[in-house]
Amino acid sequence: MKVSAVITLKKDVLDPQGKVIHETLDGMGFNSVNEVRQGKYFEIDVKENDPKKAKELVEDMCQKLLANLVIENYKIIETQ
Amino acid sequence: MKSSVITFPGSNCDRDMDVALTKFGFKNKMVWHNDQELPKSDLIVLPGGFSYGDYLRCGSMASKSKIMLSVINFAKSGGLVMGICNGFQILVEAGLVPGVLLRNKYLQFICKNVHVKVDNKENSFFKNLDKKVLEFHIAHNEGNYFCTKDQLKEIEDNNQIAIYYCDQNGNTNDQINPNGSIKNIAGIFNKEKNVLGMMPHPERMIDESLSGEDGSIFFKNLLNNIK
Amino acid sequence: MLVNEKIAIEHGLKSDEYKKICKLLKRTPNITELGIFSAMWNEHCSYKSSRIHLKKLHTKGKKVIQGPGENAGVIDIEDGDALVFKIESHNHPSFIEPYQGAATGVGGIMRDVFTMGARPIANLNSIHFGSTQHKKTKNLLRGVVHGIGGYGNCMGVPTIAGQTSFDRSYNGNILVNAMTLGLVKKDKIFYSKAAGLNKPVIYVGSKTGRDGIHGASMASASFDEKIEEKKPTVQVGDPFTEKLLLEACLELMSGDSIIAIQDMGAAGLTSSSIEMASKGNLGIEINLNKVPCRETKMTPYEIMLSESQERMLIVLESGKEEIAKKIFDKWNLDFAVIGKTTNTKNIELFFDNEQVANIPVNTLVENSPMYDRKWKKSKLPKKNKINKTIFKSLKIKDTLKKILSSPNVCSKEWIWQQYDHTVMGDTIQKPGGDSGVVRVHKTDKAIAATVDSSATYCWAHPLTGGKQVVCETWRNLISVGAKPIAVTNCLNFGSPEKEENMGEFVECVQGISEACKYLDYPVVSGNVSFYNETKDIGIKPTPTIGGVGLIKDYKKMITMDFKEIDNIILVIGKTEGHIDQSLLSRIILNENNGPPPEVNLFNEKNNGLTLLNLIEKNFIKSAHDVSLGGIITAISKMCIKGNKGIQIKKPKFLINEVEYFFAEDQGRYLIEINPKDLKEVSKILDKNSVHYDEIGKIIDKEMIIDQKTKLTIDELKSYNTNWLKSYMV
Repeated sequence: MKVSAVITLKKDVLDPQGKVIHETLDGMGFNSVNEVRQGKYFEIDVKENDPKKAKELVEDMCQKLLANLVIENYKIIETQ
Repeated sequence: MKSSVITFPGSNCDRDMDVALTKFGFKNKMVWHNDQELPKSDLIVLPGGFSYGDYLRCGSMASKSKIMLSVINFAKSGGLVMGICNGFQILVEAGLVPGVLLRNKYLQFICKNVHVKVDNKENSFFKNLDKKVLEFHIAHNEGNYFCTKDQLKEIEDNNQIAIYYCDQNGNTNDQINPNGSIKNIAGIFNKEKNVLGMMPHPERMIDESLSGEDGSIFFKNLLNNIK
Repeated sequence: MLVNEKIAIEHGLKSDEYKKICKLLKRTPNITELGIFSAMWNEHCSYKSSRIHLKKLHTKGKKVIQGPGENAGVIDIEDGDALVFKIESHNHPSFIEPYQGAATGVGGIMRDVFTMGARPIANLNSIHFGSTQHKKTKNLLRGVVHGIGGYGNCMGVPTIAGQTSFDRSYNGNILVNAMTLGLVKKDKIFYSKAAGLNKPVIYVGSKTGRDGIHGASMASASFDEKIEEKKPTVQVGDPFTEKLLLEACLELMSGDSIIAIQDMGAAGLTSSSIEMASKGNLGIEINLNKVPCRETKMTPYEIMLSESQERMLIVLESGKEEIAKKIFDKWNLDFAVIGKTTNTKNIELFFDNEQVANIPVNTLVENSPMYDRKWKKSKLPKKNKINKTIFKSLKIKDTLKKILSSPNVCSKEWIWQQYDHTVMGDTIQKPGGDSGVVRVHKTDKAIAATVDSSATYCWAHPLTGGKQVVCETWRNLISVGAKPIAVTNCLNFGSPEKEENMGEFVECVQGISEACKYLDYPVVSGNVSFYNETKDIGIKPTPTIGGVGLIKDYKKMITMDFKEIDNIILVIGKTEGHIDQSLLSRIILNENNGPPPEVNLFNEKNNGLTLLNLIEKNFIKSAHDVSLGGIITAISKMCIKGNKGIQIKKPKFLINEVEYFFAEDQGRYLIEINPKDLKEVSKILDKNSVHYDEIGKIIDKEMIIDQKTKLTIDELKSYNTNWLKSYMV
């Protein structure tokens, strides 16, 4: 089963990349942007067919490896 | 001969390139990315560095700079444009040369001397060069050249590969490939061969006290070709 | 919020410190003021445990333009040029988040240097990790190296030298010490001393976020349980913004607009504004609503204590605001006039038209606590009696193999290939040599720099260890042909509240001071990092010394690679056979006790200056100092680098062969000379009473110790280069 997770920087953590992307978009004429935050997206295919267990497994991965909880949050966005 | 080096926010080899071009007889001007017009030039150089911090994709945001419209027009009208390292990445993002530059295969920044083989001398950059293998220097994190199969065929059919990573005798193989580039490609031309993008830094090899002197050979030859 | 003693203690202040604050203010501080006091009075800013001892450091010299106390030290390198440099620790953040911790460490030290008007021209670092068996070591090493490279490479400043060590004592506390050198014209140096009344105070750089606000406040009642989300304490580095800030500051500095400038490092706006006011004996008034903020609803407390990176505070000449703003606009950086200098000698903060803090500057600086903490003197350990029959059983080849491939000796190429060490086009000696060397752009001069520490020696006997590490950097500079000028130090220790640790600190400082004084090699800058301990286990005392020297003609620079077959190799300095605390003792004999090798400052100075004289006379073809692993290890490295071999003469000494090859006696160098110069060189060495032995001559591709013991250069190379690469796979 496939589980997707999104890792984002915590709210108050500086996102230098997001900031520069925002400025470039502005420069290109996309003037309606309030903020850009960049994150990471993972698609993980696990050998587990129970959605709840699969989700828990990926959550565990997020906590232990995929995210650095000092500066990042994670969210499991879907299982299929 | 007149050259112009473009400084983008985050460029950091602009001074080095200026020093090298001036040393070998170019009258060089530095051009700010926010300018709209290029000074009259025989050669435009996009230097190495981390334009816009290499954020999003290397070179992506610099390729949208104001000055790039002029650079693209200059190239389209046959002017000589050379992009080194981050400059190569900008050329790729601007669509002036084909392909993309991915993260190095071993996921690490690499700073070291490499050898490159020059196969194609029917162009203004390498014409009359009397060496087949040059020792250059690389310093990059995203130099892993990639393109689709169809693109590669087109590139090869048009003789667009400028330089390959090789050993000191000119042999290309996987072992000598520092970053995982397809076919050991270190530099590439556009179809018309007036735009060159390459990862190695000839400007760091212009003095026997530095990493080597093959950059001097390259620049002297380049100047003679443009004259 | 009402402030009381409990909240003060949660801010890391001691009970009597809180009482002192109330007494100085003649009232109870409000929360913002308490935050400011706690930041200014903590160990990091106030040096309260170390100040009394740091005064003993040798800091004066003819070449010193600025000693400790400014953003960085400055020395004279002639022709109107000056060199600005400093080393600083970023240990705790790097353990929590190795990439960002190391990156912001590098960013911070570069800011310290360009704040003074200098363009950074080289970076160095000294990094220390736990045992290679420890489960965290590999990831920490990878993260730290990526972080250092990520920041330095992006800034376009070459990383030219460094030191990496592994020791169990760093298992819970890694060390990341970063050093930067910058170049400036002597008459264009900028300082942090504010001057003049009603001068605009300017904020430039990145916006202020909630980065790194000290954790103590989290315990206070006003925050809800989502505290983790609200309070990231690790700063994220943005090297791109710093690159812009560097260029913008240097552009502004080329004019005459700046009166004083200070980077916002630890304790951000608090320490920078107070520092400037204190040095200028002035007051400063700041309107916190004018501070560019990244987040909404930031409180005065948060704004003052934020440690967001890539920010600077400037006191401008009146009327220069427009000129300055134009420059920062061009570089797309925030620029705001946030206040002015005053004659009140107070720091006054306003927010939403209300005064939110009003503190006399001198209470924060001059009246900050200073402690003469108890410390314990250490004894010189007794020498071990090593059974000589053990030496007989050791095979030189196997022993050498183990030493060359040991984590602390092996080649660190895997690390330094990830650092751009050639950008700026002036690097003439790359990492892997005795010192990194960069030319002073467009001149014949070059600057050599090295960084070193010897925690094992310092742990065994702090006084000797302190001297030794200074001498080691001195030798590293001499070995490349540089005249040593000055040092910067980063003093990494455990808790000062423990007598043993404080004793280590006091005696290491004493050793450093004695050596610096004797060698006329003053300390011009530095930093102290205490509390490097976890669960009561402290690190070995690790004073790191960054040494800097000048080569007047860069073409005379020396490298360590063997140059020519048939050339003769001499050992300068006497080999007594000191094995205790050597690598041989620790990793082959498994003996960790005993005294470190003795440091004889007379010999160090005499040997070093005599060698410099020989270099000046063009006699020296290659040179390398003898340190960890002894003579044979040093020779191996010269063979590897030069791709040449050596026929070693049997030493005709009273000491055992193993002792001769692996002893770590101090004050020694290996030098290569042409046979035709031997007579002349011997004469000079004899005249200066420098002891030397002839140890062999260069041959092709083989190290021949005796008929039975031969090693090819390829063997040596594979021992030396493979370990780290395979460890990191």
